[in-house]
Amino acid sequence: MLVLNNIEVIYDGVILVLKGVSIEANEGRITTVLGANGAGKTTTLKAISGVLRTERGDVTRGSIEFKGQRIDRLRPHEVVKLGIVQVFEGRRVFANLTAEENLIAGGHIVSSTAKMRENMEKVYTYFPRIAERRHVIAGYLSGGEQQMLAVGRALMSDPNMILLDEPSLGLAPMIVEEIFGIVQRLRAQENVTFLIVEQNATLALEFADFGYVMENGAVVLQGPAEELRGNADIKEFYLGMSGDEKRSFRDVKHYRRRKRWLG
Amino acid sequence: MDGDFQFLFELVTNGILTGLMYSLVAVGFVLIYKSTDAINFAQGEFCMIAAIVVAGLLQLYDLPLIVALAGGLAFMLIFNWGLERVVLRPMIGRPIVAIIMATIGLALMFRGLGPLVFGAETQPINLPIPDDPVIWGPFFLIPIDMLGAGISLAFLAAFGWFFMKSRKGVAMRAVADSHQVSMAMGINVERYFALAWMLAGVVALLGGVVWGNAIGVDTQLAQLGLKVFPVVILGGLDSIIGVIVGGIIVGVVEALAAGYLDPIVGGGTKDFTPYVLMIIVLMIRPYGIFGKPIIERI
Repeated sequence: MLVLNNIEVIYDGVILVLKGVSIEANEGRITTVLGANGAGKTTTLKAISGVLRTERGDVTRGSIEFKGQRIDRLRPHEVVKLGIVQVFEGRRVFANLTAEENLIAGGHIVSSTAKMRENMEKVYTYFPRIAERRHVIAGYLSGGEQQMLAVGRALMSDPNMILLDEPSLGLAPMIVEEIFGIVQRLRAQENVTFLIVEQNATLALEFADFGYVMENGAVVLQGPAEELRGNADIKEFYLGMSGDEKRSFRDVKHYRRRKRWLG
Repeated sequence: MDGDFQFLFELVTNGILTGLMYSLVAVGFVLIYKSTDAINFAQGEFCMIAAIVVAGLLQLYDLPLIVALAGGLAFMLIFNWGLERVVLRPMIGRPIVAIIMATIGLALMFRGLGPLVFGAETQPINLPIPDDPVIWGPFFLIPIDMLGAGISLAFLAAFGWFFMKSRKGVAMRAVADSHQVSMAMGINVERYFALAWMLAGVVALLGGVVWGNAIGVDTQLAQLGLKVFPVVILGGLDSIIGVIVGGIIVGVVEALAAGYLDPIVGGGTKDFTPYVLMIIVLMIRPYGIFGKPIIERI
């Protein structure tokens, strides 16, 4: 459904951030992109949604295709019209608008107001907590509520695909479970395809169907989620399990050597 | 009625009316700020240009008032649309300070070009309303002030409704909140910028004509921009209600200063008291009486 074909992203004309990334997200699936800080995960999502150009970044090589159509030259609002919407890292709700106004803004591309209202009711059934707090200024909602609002706001545009950037960031484990639970329900009931960027690999691999691991602007590992869960390197570097016995300092050095090999 | 009280009453009512006319100009700042987060220092010059165009159409071509107004409206819409296209759109994403400096540059440019193109003599705009004050019970009112205040209230109510209730208004506020996130929500940010500038052109026309009728049309009219600045700061840069209340406060304070302080010190206090008030407000509530405090999660 969404295919990134060997894309290269350069910021400011000089800084090479993505060095040939190829990722595929299939319809009705949850695909996850794992990796440490600065690996290029968020840049990948921004390249898809088109907001990259507002940060003076540009896709200089390769192509991004959605349902067979090239989208890497489109402007962000055109990408949304095609059915892809991004949920930013750190929620980024419209802090000065009420929760409901956030949803109205999210449903901007739905031209019929009746349909927009209908979508809003749907969001409220998925997120009853937001329905309760609909007249509260979004900046005063709790972190969990804001994340739910951000997902709900994305849902307002009737998307085929949601790009979810670090939904677990700074939230309590219970809330995170709840949000991922809703992601699964959306996939099942609304047939929404997800591409999720996460640092929390345990969690992401638990919910995802397929996973990619990025390092230094390139994909270094990919496979079905259960396969990745079993992969020794993933276990060691991302899941925090290191086999049987405790490691000595010498092995930590060994870890760094291995890490370089991965990149 | 007691004479002193009558005097105070007159000062206050006329202050309110003048204040609402200030609001009409001040709302131009709010429209731009609400959608682009920048302060447009050329708003006073927009009023001047609009008034010059209308006065020109009236004097030179002897057109009926309604045609001249329509011509002025068309001119301002195209002018501001073009301005947004040529000067301001390329600056999207730049620091706000750069945009503000650009508007200051525009302001000075227009102030210089205005007399060069249209001549420096004061032109009248004569609206078909009487100059004689209306005496209505205890009120002693000037018709142009009443008309200005009425237009002001009507348009402010319309803008208030637009921003709070309509979907486009909500989208505009979303754009002001974050350009990047709005884009990612499918909002065509550039189009909303253009809309904001065009609306600012419309209020500039209204303000320019009303004030042009009151004080005549020349470059002095451009001073309105700075004149209403305390109104905007008092009310809060992003609040329509704030503009109304701020306008009324500034109008009344000016009128009271003119009525009570000027005879004592020999005049002139009317012109700076609003700024004193502005500075005091800035110290107590930097975001104005109705402005949005910056919400920050800690």
